[in-house]
Amino acid sequence: MLAKRIVPCLDVKAGKVVKGVQFRNHEIVGDIVPLAQRYAEEGADELVFYDITASAHDRVVDKSWVSRVAERIDIPFCVAGGIKTIEQAREILAFGADKISVNSPALSDPSLIRRLHDEFGRQCVVVGIDSFFDADSGSYKVKQFTGDEAATRDTQWYTLDWVEEAQKQGCGEIVLNVMNSDGVRQGYDLVQLSKVRAVCDVPLVASGGAGAMEHFRDVFVEAQVDAALAASVFHKGIIPIPDLKQYLREQQICIRADDRHQRIA
Amino acid sequence: MTKTTAATVIIDTGCANLSSVRFAFERLGADVLVTDDADAIKAATRVVLPGVGSAPAAMNSLKQKNLMALVQGLTQPVMGVCLGMQLMTSKSTEQGAIAADTPCLGLIPTEVRALDTQGLPTPHMGWNQLTPVLKNGQVHPLLEGINAGDFVYFVHSFCAPVSEYSIATSEYGEVFSAAIADGNFMGLQFHPEKSAAVGAKMLANFLKLDSDSLAAYNARVIGGAA
Repeated sequence: MLAKRIVPCLDVKAGKVVKGVQFRNHEIVGDIVPLAQRYAEEGADELVFYDITASAHDRVVDKSWVSRVAERIDIPFCVAGGIKTIEQAREILAFGADKISVNSPALSDPSLIRRLHDEFGRQCVVVGIDSFFDADSGSYKVKQFTGDEAATRDTQWYTLDWVEEAQKQGCGEIVLNVMNSDGVRQGYDLVQLSKVRAVCDVPLVASGGAGAMEHFRDVFVEAQVDAALAASVFHKGIIPIPDLKQYLREQQICIRADDRHQRIA
Repeated sequence: MTKTTAATVIIDTGCANLSSVRFAFERLGADVLVTDDADAIKAATRVVLPGVGSAPAAMNSLKQKNLMALVQGLTQPVMGVCLGMQLMTSKSTEQGAIAADTPCLGLIPTEVRALDTQGLPTPHMGWNQLTPVLKNGQVHPLLEGINAGDFVYFVHSFCAPVSEYSIATSEYGEVFSAAIADGNFMGLQFHPEKSAAVGAKMLANFLKLDSDSLAAYNARVIGGAA
């Protein structure tokens, strides 16, 4: 049976892993490779690295750390942040990333998704979406350039429309980050994720809001997502990954057994 | 460097992601070479055929590099990974610019078609469970020590259906070949290089294979049938 995936997200800024609250006030939480390795050893199913500075500052930072991660860890990982061209994607994949995730540049030019699909195949093209609940209109909308508060702006896209468009363009997975929930640990937005799930035929990754182990159960069972991404609860040690996986197994959710951790334990 | 660790060659198929397979072997202490040099490939004790992307693009790359006949003529253990496994079959229904099936290398007489996910999200992406298939009571040496229910990492939309060449199966919408083999050729639909300890065990098994040990296994399987 296909297991539900637990995905720690490492926001990367200037070569360090950072975490802010609702995308602000970034604090350094550690070095990339040791953290990545620790999560792999603890039983994480996949890792996502978001270089949160890249798009906002209209540049692509040094990605050689991707190769250092690939040398050391033996689980899949995805790299996001400022990928605007086929050549940038090719470099990151050549360094050993399994997937590349595009967000702001795809909003500027949706054909980027199609071109990445045609060049590298659907399986490695992930589209990240920063979605927020717009209380004025009572609808979900997409924001762009969220890596930098000063550069962040609204787009014309309603979230559900953009989810459909990204799939039409050929993405292989969608990461939906609910900005209202990000970093505040009050639970995933099950209502929004369920609505997205209904129009999402590719694997769907929930992001934003994880604060307790029950939140993971809820998002897998109620929103039917394929994977749940979280950052602060892992970085701050609030939820140890082995405990989370054991809890989810007890909730009858299919979770990967990890021989390595069982041996260590 | 020992002879065994120096003797593993990864064919440079021209696809974007070759590093991961090399890194995984290096984590096991193996000395591996990534090359498209015909002499180096022919001289290897064992050969890896990696691949990501689409079957038409990958077959074009093999043709442009003049590697098709070379790979078809190899007699040592050859392991295809993911798309590399699919290229080992006779043909794939995956289409490129030309709306037609893609002829493949024909090393393992089975075919590749779209995975029928029965409405589940596509591609099949993530950790799924293996069921090794015994041949006359024998597990394929690549899968030595792998248990039914072990998880490995898949990312694919096409598959080889279950056939007499299946050495392991998995299920997503339908039961399909997670691994296939015939003679000196074997292929894994999943990514052993990204499959944590379970994958590392398979790669370590592969590093122990040579023409003699694989021939001995094949003889045991045929011998059991006789």
